[in-house]
Amino acid sequence: MPHTHPETELHNPQSTKPPLDPHLKALENEAIHIFREVAAEFERPVMLYSIGKDSSVLLHLARKAFYPGRVPFPLLHVNTGWKFAEMIAFRDEIVKRYDLDLIEHVNPRGAAESVTPFSHGSALYTDIMKTEALRQALDAGQYDAAFGGARRDEEASRAKERIYSFRTPDHRWDPRNQRPELWNVYNGMVRKGESVRAFPLSNWTEVDIWRYIQAEDIPIVPLYFAKKRPVVERDGMMILAEDQRLELLPGETKRDEVIRFRTLGCFPLTGAIRSDATSLDDIISELETATVSERQGRAIDRDQSGSMEKKKREGYF
Amino acid sequence: MTAPATANAVQEDAAGHVLAFPAADTARATRDSRPLRLITCGSVDDGKSTLIGRLLWDTKAVKEDQAATLRRDSNGKQNDLGLPDFALLLDGLQAEREQGITIDVAYRYFSTDKRSFIVADTPGHEQYTRNMATGASTADLAVLLVDARVGLLEQTRRHATIATLMGIKQFVLAVNKIDLTDYDRARFEQISHEFRELALSLGVRQVTAIPLSALKGENVVYDGRASMPWYDGPTLVEVLELATTRSAQTVGFRLPVQRVSRPGESFRGYQGTVAGGSVKPGDSVVILPSGMVANVTKIVTFDLVRNAAVAGDAITLVLDRQVDVSRGDMIVAIDSQPLTGLAFDAHIVALQPDGIQPGKRYWLKSGSRRQRVQVQPASQLDLQTGKWEHAEQLSMNAIGKIHLVFDEQAIFDPYEQNRTTGAFILIDPDTNNTVAGGMITAKRSALGGIHTEDARVILSLPADLADQLMATELFAGRREDAEVRRVSAGKASEIIDTIDG
Repeated sequence: MPHTHPETELHNPQSTKPPLDPHLKALENEAIHIFREVAAEFERPVMLYSIGKDSSVLLHLARKAFYPGRVPFPLLHVNTGWKFAEMIAFRDEIVKRYDLDLIEHVNPRGAAESVTPFSHGSALYTDIMKTEALRQALDAGQYDAAFGGARRDEEASRAKERIYSFRTPDHRWDPRNQRPELWNVYNGMVRKGESVRAFPLSNWTEVDIWRYIQAEDIPIVPLYFAKKRPVVERDGMMILAEDQRLELLPGETKRDEVIRFRTLGCFPLTGAIRSDATSLDDIISELETATVSERQGRAIDRDQSGSMEKKKREGYF
Repeated sequence: MTAPATANAVQEDAAGHVLAFPAADTARATRDSRPLRLITCGSVDDGKSTLIGRLLWDTKAVKEDQAATLRRDSNGKQNDLGLPDFALLLDGLQAEREQGITIDVAYRYFSTDKRSFIVADTPGHEQYTRNMATGASTADLAVLLVDARVGLLEQTRRHATIATLMGIKQFVLAVNKIDLTDYDRARFEQISHEFRELALSLGVRQVTAIPLSALKGENVVYDGRASMPWYDGPTLVEVLELATTRSAQTVGFRLPVQRVSRPGESFRGYQGTVAGGSVKPGDSVVILPSGMVANVTKIVTFDLVRNAAVAGDAITLVLDRQVDVSRGDMIVAIDSQPLTGLAFDAHIVALQPDGIQPGKRYWLKSGSRRQRVQVQPASQLDLQTGKWEHAEQLSMNAIGKIHLVFDEQAIFDPYEQNRTTGAFILIDPDTNNTVAGGMITAKRSALGGIHTEDARVILSLPADLADQLMATELFAGRREDAEVRRVSAGKASEIIDTIDG
């Protein structure tokens, strides 16, 4: 009989941990359901992998959804060239450890036109190196579905995003004309060139992400944990001063601070927070008493109210 | 300021700017249930945005930078308690902020020490029935708002009807702006009495009415005893903390197959989310629509091979023999099978400007199964009178009864019994858009022409027994099919005697 797979091989050797509480279990079940539905309904899915905590949870859920099989789609990392060095090292280690297919894309305009966050300003830089780069990569792969780790609690315009978020052939999002989404019955019908962004973590909050990372022992980039690191103060943010391309402006000085990051993106645009949180327990209790939201440290969200909505309409994740 | 909630919640400077939030509670305990999903219904005038804003604010789901953005956007405009305009917090899209209206369903998240909550925040205007239906489809509980000065409105009936149709059985009537009636107890009791009668006529028995002031934060998260010593019931959050989450664990086992996992020659598993009941190794199951029988050998998940799975679990099922199973099939309990057939009746909500056209062929998706279907509208619900009127077609926002005719076997449970396997969406093949959400009510007899629904039974019952029967879910689900007259005992026997004639 074909089913006589030795049972021991089906046991995951890491699985001595206690079961998830019903809250996290429900969120996990919902995410796995979405992963399977998209993988079955679309011809060419891809998963956006940004190396951050949400991506780490997303990847873990994908591995769970398709176990004992491999993750049946590639990961796409849109690299700007300005990510934290520790993020890239972490990414390469994870891809090797879990036997994943990784596609990395950098917008060639970055090198050709010397686009940097310093020379072009955060808004234009993000537009070229993230939004435009993402569109290039999605077009090149002809993907009809792209998983993302966005959560509805992150930002006001995200609160109205569907779990299957329809995109036109030029990757635009029309927030006023979204497909209704009832129950957990998702409409995956698209024409050639059209696509769907799928968000398995839609109903997760930031605390859920951290509690799940803890419960499932999911590896994350060490930058999330507090440590003494060199920083420089700029535009009201503390920026990590490790990369040699960071030139100090007149009046700026490098100093050591015990800091960590709540979100990870491009190092020149991501503000650190002063923190002593060196463990997941510390992070969770810090978060539960936090008085500012996580995106507060992201320069690109603060340009104007509704700036996320604008970027999303143009194809940003 | 009389409200202790406000006084404790935030520190403000002389100009009413928020300076600091109180220290949040110490680390929260692990959650012993899944998030409660609720929908809030009511118009802007009822203070819905203020209520949700208050819930988020008093449970500390709003952070300082969000509050700062809020203050910037409201140009210093604040309510009379020095709090920012909560409505701006909720209306996330630019068009909404510009027009001052909510145009789409938004989802909000907050939690207390005991539980976490997902709020589907939907606009109250009549033209947005479709958004309400969307929000209600996944909700465990509905909060209906009324203005204490105004009382029940036509829209209260409309919202309660839609929520009931979508399968919600727990209601909270939030009698808001009670402060503007000088905390008038008689007024509150009158409104809650009227609503209980309305609810009973819809077959809803779980109703909690709460007098509250969203603006002042009374009986929302913090109690309003200082202003309303006469009210000793729960606050809104206390009701939400104790509400039950819907579960389909007591019905027959259902596994809609999402995909077949074949990582190697030696393993074949069927992946899906259990949509009803439970399953364990050794159980006999039937694969529908083929009708083949097999036994479960293993329930595989990433963490371990499990000895049971229940409704809601995302699993991989391994069977003891090679059977033909593909995406869209349903694996079900052998002793408790769903309905299969080519013709079904359903309730639907029409979601798009083109409405639902008679005889048109749509895609129907239910669970993981997608098939072609021909749709014939039969009647439409008049939301003002609660009566079903004959209808040839259904326009946007209409709630209708339709007949479904399939080319191939369809598999459903009545929605009343299973909110997953009884629900479906209709997709227009011309636009690929979702044009309706539907709920299966019954399978139609294959004998065209001789419909059992044409046969009627006249019962004569004592009024109290009739009231109990009419309050059952079964009756309420088909309330529109029944004619009810209240007459004296003498008159009743007179009528019955005439029939026997």
